[in-house]
Parts: sequence; structure tokens; C-alpha cells
Amino acid sequence: MSASELKRIYFDHSATTRVLPEVEEAMRPFFLEKWGNASSIHSFGREARAAIEQARKQVANLLNADPAEVVFTSGGTESDNLAVKGVAMYKGKMKGHLITTKVEHHAVSEPCEWLKRFGFEVTYLPVSSEGFVDPGEVERAIRNDTILISVMMANNEIGTIQPVREIGMIAHEKGIPFHTDAVQSIGKMHVDVKAENIDLLSLSAHKFHGPKGIGALFVKKGTKIEPIIQGGGQERGLRSSTENVPGIVGLGKAAEIAKRDLEHTCARMKNLRDKMIKHVPELVPRAYVNGNKTRRLVNNAHFRFDFIEGEGLILQLDMKGIAASTGSACSTGSLEPSHVLLALGLTHEQAHGSLRVTLGRENTEEEVDILLEVLPGIVSKLREISPFSAERPMGPGEGASCVQ
Amino acid sequence: MYSDKVMEHFANPRNVGEIVDADGIGKVGNPQCGDVMWLYIKVKDNIITDIKFKTFGCGAAIATSSMITELARGKTIEEAKKISRSDVADQLGGLPAVKMHCSNLAADALKEAIKDYEAKQAAKGKPA
Ligand SMILES: Cc1ncc(COP(=O)(O)O)c(C=O)c1O
Ligand code: FES
Repeated sequence: MSASELKRIYFDHSATTRVLPEVEEAMRPFFLEKWGNASSIHSFGREARAAIEQARKQVANLLNADPAEVVFTSGGTESDNLAVKGVAMYKGKMKGHLITTKVEHHAVSEPCEWLKRFGFEVTYLPVSSEGFVDPGEVERAIRNDTILISVMMANNEIGTIQPVREIGMIAHEKGIPFHTDAVQSIGKMHVDVKAENIDLLSLSAHKFHGPKGIGALFVKKGTKIEPIIQGGGQERGLRSSTENVPGIVGLGKAAEIAKRDLEHTCARMKNLRDKMIKHVPELVPRAYVNGNKTRRLVNNAHFRFDFIEGEGLILQLDMKGIAASTGSACSTGSLEPSHVLLALGLTHEQAHGSLRVTLGRENTEEEVDILLEVLPGIVSKLREISPFSAERPMGPGEGASCVQ
Repeated sequence: MYSDKVMEHFANPRNVGEIVDADGIGKVGNPQCGDVMWLYIKVKDNIITDIKFKTFGCGAAIATSSMITELARGKTIEEAKKISRSDVADQLGGLPAVKMHCSNLAADALKEAIKDYEAKQAAKGKPA
């Protein structure tokens, strides 16, 4: 039976989510009917402008922000780039010190690496074995020339929720802007930029049932930031280019729904998550949970299995119609295992055998039960192929441990 | 991203296992990705009569392990020595660029197993 004939199950919601019918419906008029340029003063422009400002309110409402503090971008990656580079390069200053973590998404760490080429310095803070950043370490890392602190709200791989409120407080005491990448958090937890002491916050619509290629950066009033894309001066000069009106409308609607449905969708996902976290280590010998069991995103379950490699696991699940992902090296194009799993202190070999299951509001208990039913068999099948076992674990230098 | 042939070998790998009284064993690891392959051969009258593998690695590593056992079984030692890295990938209908090293792992494991066999023969004083 081919995968297309199977009932497919999607457990990869941290990669992307389905656009909700309500969202698609809200976007539809902005392709064929209201297709104007929001900068035009005529009626075509005005209807596009009105839709954009409506969406800005919806996003602001989700974050407890002011609409004037919301800048639309092309997605999470651009929001992160704008926050990091835009603050660092403010007024053309080309030096200073940034504090971030070893578990950030590449959309934060790569701009930091890029800034280093121009003379900026970056401190990457370590994390605990469950992936937590210690606010005390943030405080100790601060220097006289620190210009930005960027710590993600929740991790995209292992779901660990960072103490952003405390970190934001420390940043504010020292007068340093605080950015958080909340791309994975929206729709999975309550996000309040005022309560959490946030100056800049990145989000991306496709992670919470909006369309791809649209996102936003919250920029608290008074934050010193430069645009990184220059042009016609849209988005109050912070992000030039004719606005993606259907995308912005879709983002607005998705934000409205995320807020409206937060409580019951979170309760539902948390239930399913906890069921997996409880049962997988019971059903599969030598299976472990990565990250903290409770202070994690309600939709994230992340496991590690001794003696096998994650890509095989994903392919076997896929053959049964189940879509999940892995932090293992081999499936991501690079051969190195995930920097997040290594930052937890896992060996290469351990990091290899990982499985990420990320739930969405549409997943059902029945689907989780199917996963729990097929997973033990798949793991033991792969373990039969593996040279390693409890009796004969991988020795030093036999593979993973000799990397680099 | 994988060809049907790769997926077929991954889903139904041939010749998984160990040979307890193997005549040659090849153990190789890829220092880049950390994958490991062990290959066992049984040789009679200069012909590989049995071959088995165990692999810790990605889907391509499992498929190439399976493929190399099929390519080498029944071959003379001289013929088996000629099996190249690209033969394995070609027989699988190609591999994604980032996965080419996985077929190297399989070819290298076979070479190591043959080397081990020949060394053992030499130690026994018999011509290899
Ligand atoms: C934590 C985090 N930040 C940023 C991004 C990038 O978002 P986008 O795909 O919208 O550019 C992602 C998406 O994978 C993410 O998980
Ligand atoms: S990725 Fe290393 S053997 Fe395939």
C-alpha cells in the first residue's frame, strides 16, 4: 500500500501548519477583488490599507501590544534578522556585544555570526541538560557595550520554555533591548509583551495556521532600530516593499483565532502530549524524553532512542503514513546532529536517535494511539539492524564520538 | 528525496545479521556523520558464500548496506574487490548528493572485510 492510500497523520506542526478554512476565507477577496496597493490614495488602495490596519490590530491584540508596534515582514526569519541586525547596526554603529543562546534558531544565530564579521562580539549562553537558560548567566554576561539580548521564548526542537520574563527584567534594569523569537510559541501559550518585559518579538503566520511567507516583528515604542531593507518606506520605514495584503490579512485572522481558541486548543494538545510523554518510555525500552516534562510547549514531545538513527525512524513512520521529524543529522542535509541536542550535552550518537512529534489543534487522540501502537515495532526493527545494543553499546571512536 | 529502489532496500533490507564464524569482518565508521557499518563474510573456494551486515545509520546507509550484500554474494574475492563506491549508488538508482558518502561506507566495509579475510588466510599460512 502506498503512502497516498493511507490515512495520513501529521505530527510535524513545528515545521508548518495547515491554513485554517476561516483564514483562507478571509484572504480570498484580496486576490481577485481587493487587490489594490495599500499606498495608493484611491479607493483600491484604501480598502487594502483598511485590511492591513485591521490585521495589525488583530496581531497587537494577540500580544497585548499597540497596533503601531507591529511591523509586518516576510516571516520569522526576516523578523529575527530585522531585530538582530536592525538593533545592532542602529545609526551605523558597527560595534558592540550581543548576548544570545546556544539553542536559538539559525534565523537568530546566523545573523549574529554575520555581525561578527563586522566586528561585533557575541556571547552564546549554554543551557542546562533540559535546555534552560539561567537568567543569572544572562546577567553575568552583560558588559558595558552589550547592545542586545536575544533569547527565544520556546525552543523549536525540544519545546523548552525559557524564563523570558526574568531575562527581560534583567535586560531592562540595564537598559538593554530584549528580543525574543516567539515563532513556536504563538497559539501554544499565552504571550504578553508587557508582562514578559519584551522589546522585540518575532512571529511567523505559518506556524499557527496562517499562510507561509508572512510574519511580524513587535517593536516596542522607543526601541532604537534601523531597517535592514531600504526602499519605499512602507511599515513606517522599517520594512519597505509593497505590502503582501492577502498574507497580512491571513496573519491577522490566524492571530485572532489563536487568541480566541487558545485555552481549549492548548488543553487538548497538552493532553495528547502528556499521553505520549508518559507512554513512549513505557512502551519502548531505552527511550527517553528530551527537555523538561512540563515546562515545554503543549504541542511538543521529543524522544531519544538508544542504538538507532532518527532518519530511519522518520522513514519507517512515513511508510505508515505518519509525518514526524528528527534532530538527527542525516535528514537535514547537514551531517552534524542538531546543535540544540548537542547543547543539552547529548553525545552525537544519542542526538542521532531523536524523534520530534509536534501536535496541532487538529490532531486527535486516535492519531496518538496509532503512533503509540506502531512506534515500538519500528524501533525494534531498526534495532535489529543496528550493530549496537545494551550488551554491545557503541564504543569510543567507533563512530559518532570521533566527529570533528 | 530517495529513489524507489533505495526505499525498497531500506524497507526490506537483505542479509541483516551477523555471521558468528565469519571468515572476514569489516567494521567502518564515517567520522563525518557518525554512522557505523559492520560487514561479515563467509568465503569458500575463493567465493563469498554468505554475507551479512549490521548498520547504525541513515536510510541510505541501511539501503547501501543491503545493496552491497546483494552485489557481493556469490562473487569471487577478485570480483568483489572490484565493486566500487559508485557501483553501489548506481545500483540503487542514485543517491542525493549529501548522501553519496553513505555508499562509500558500504564499499569500504566490503574492502575491510576482504582485507581481514586475506590477513587471516595469510596468518594461517595459506595463500589468500
Ligand atoms: C524558532 C524559529 N524561529 C524562526 C523560524 C523561521 O520562520 P520562517 O519559516 O517563517 O522564516 C522558525 C521556523 O522554522 C522557528 O522555528
Ligand atoms: S548520513 Fe552518514 S551514512 Fe548516511
